[in-house]
Amino acid sequence: MTTALEVASAVRDPELPVLTLADLGVLREVSEEDGRVVVTITPTYSGCPAIDEMGADLRRSLVGAGYAEVEVRLSLSPAWTTDWISAEGREKLAAAGIAPPSRIGPSVAGPVPLNLVPPSRQVACPQCGSLNTTEISRFGSTACKALRRCNACSEPFEHVKEI
Amino acid sequence: MSFDNAYESLLGHEDSHWAFGTGFSDALVGVNREFPAGVDKADLAKYCLMLGDDALIFSQRLSEWCSRAPELEEDIALANIALDLLGQARMLLTRAGEVLDRDEDALAYLRDEREFRNVHLAEIDCGPGPGGDFGTTIARLLVFSSWRLALFSRLRGSADPVLAAVAAKGLKELAYHRDHAAQWTVRLGDGTDESHRRMQAGLERVWPFVDELFATHAVEARLAGVAVDPASLRSEVDGVLEAVLSAAGLTRPADTRAARVAGMAGRDGVHTEAMGYLLAEMQHLHRSLPGAVW
Repeated sequence: MTTALEVASAVRDPELPVLTLADLGVLREVSEEDGRVVVTITPTYSGCPAIDEMGADLRRSLVGAGYAEVEVRLSLSPAWTTDWISAEGREKLAAAGIAPPSRIGPSVAGPVPLNLVPPSRQVACPQCGSLNTTEISRFGSTACKALRRCNACSEPFEHVKEI
Repeated sequence: MSFDNAYESLLGHEDSHWAFGTGFSDALVGVNREFPAGVDKADLAKYCLMLGDDALIFSQRLSEWCSRAPELEEDIALANIALDLLGQARMLLTRAGEVLDRDEDALAYLRDEREFRNVHLAEIDCGPGPGGDFGTTIARLLVFSSWRLALFSRLRGSADPVLAAVAAKGLKELAYHRDHAAQWTVRLGDGTDESHRRMQAGLERVWPFVDELFATHAVEARLAGVAVDPASLRSEVDGVLEAVLSAAGLTRPADTRAARVAGMAGRDGVHTEAMGYLLAEMQHLHRSLPGAVW
């Protein structure tokens, strides 16, 4: 029988199915307490509608793998950051035509700086690799993605925005 | 689950719901929700309702723009911002509900107007209907998100572990919301004569509701260490708004204060005329079909 951690790690994200929950960094802990599997996940955004789906998918996979009792817990702190997307997850995103986020480092205390112009991040086009890309909209088809366009090959593409 | 068939993935589940509605699992399932020692739980619940209702009611207002915004990208942007706020509202109402013994659905759909604790800025009608305008909605989003961002950056240090966690998470979202509003304010203010005029008019429309954001309520005063005193946010928020308005070539409206009733406003459950209409629409389905789940 595969371990509960292996089963939970293989469950895919409902909105970015190229990634597993482990790749996305939302799978925080898998443990066994008194014969019961306890899985702790963290939401990406406060309103992420996929969080209930993730819990249901985890429960379904673990029960299917023979674990009778499964509890899914939510952890809010520390808050999820795109820095938790694994190196492998970043490669899978790029291969699926979605630009992975850049690394932003830990958040700092004090007032949050205001950006009057969109930050000029270097985001490579997942189609042709050009760094000559521009943001079309900060908000895309899911809470975690922005829309960009490549000025070299003219293809639009999605970008998992840094948070 | 299968992603080959979109309908199957939406409808084929036994225990989960895809779209937002009622009947979701507990928004704080498994979260450590001990109450800090010495805190008055009734006051904590009132405070969670204040911050939760701000997010819930403004989320409802923002989602009214979906399919009515000037461009498709903006429909999506405002809906995304509304979704973030709805998520914050769910966690805050659930926290309040632990004390009040009511779940988030009961708090959202079954309270009457006088029981809502949101500020007036969240509820006023800024469009897309008659009398409203996209510029007014951007002005409200700028003020609201600048204020809530400053508030949440301090709330991260709250003695209540749930409030601190909700704030640390929401802060990152609010930073995106504020940047979005600020960039639109500059684009419209520094755009054509027409866009400048409408952006300035939007600021004039929302400005009388700014004062309430910084008025310390008795509940906030009693919850020192747990709640943030909004009066302490004024200079930071003023500085941000000044930076945006000056880059946009807009003028800060004169400080006026919307009328109160016997000194009371949204935090005391006294609302503007717009609130009843908003609630009628938001609560209609749940009240017409009691116990309905969708």
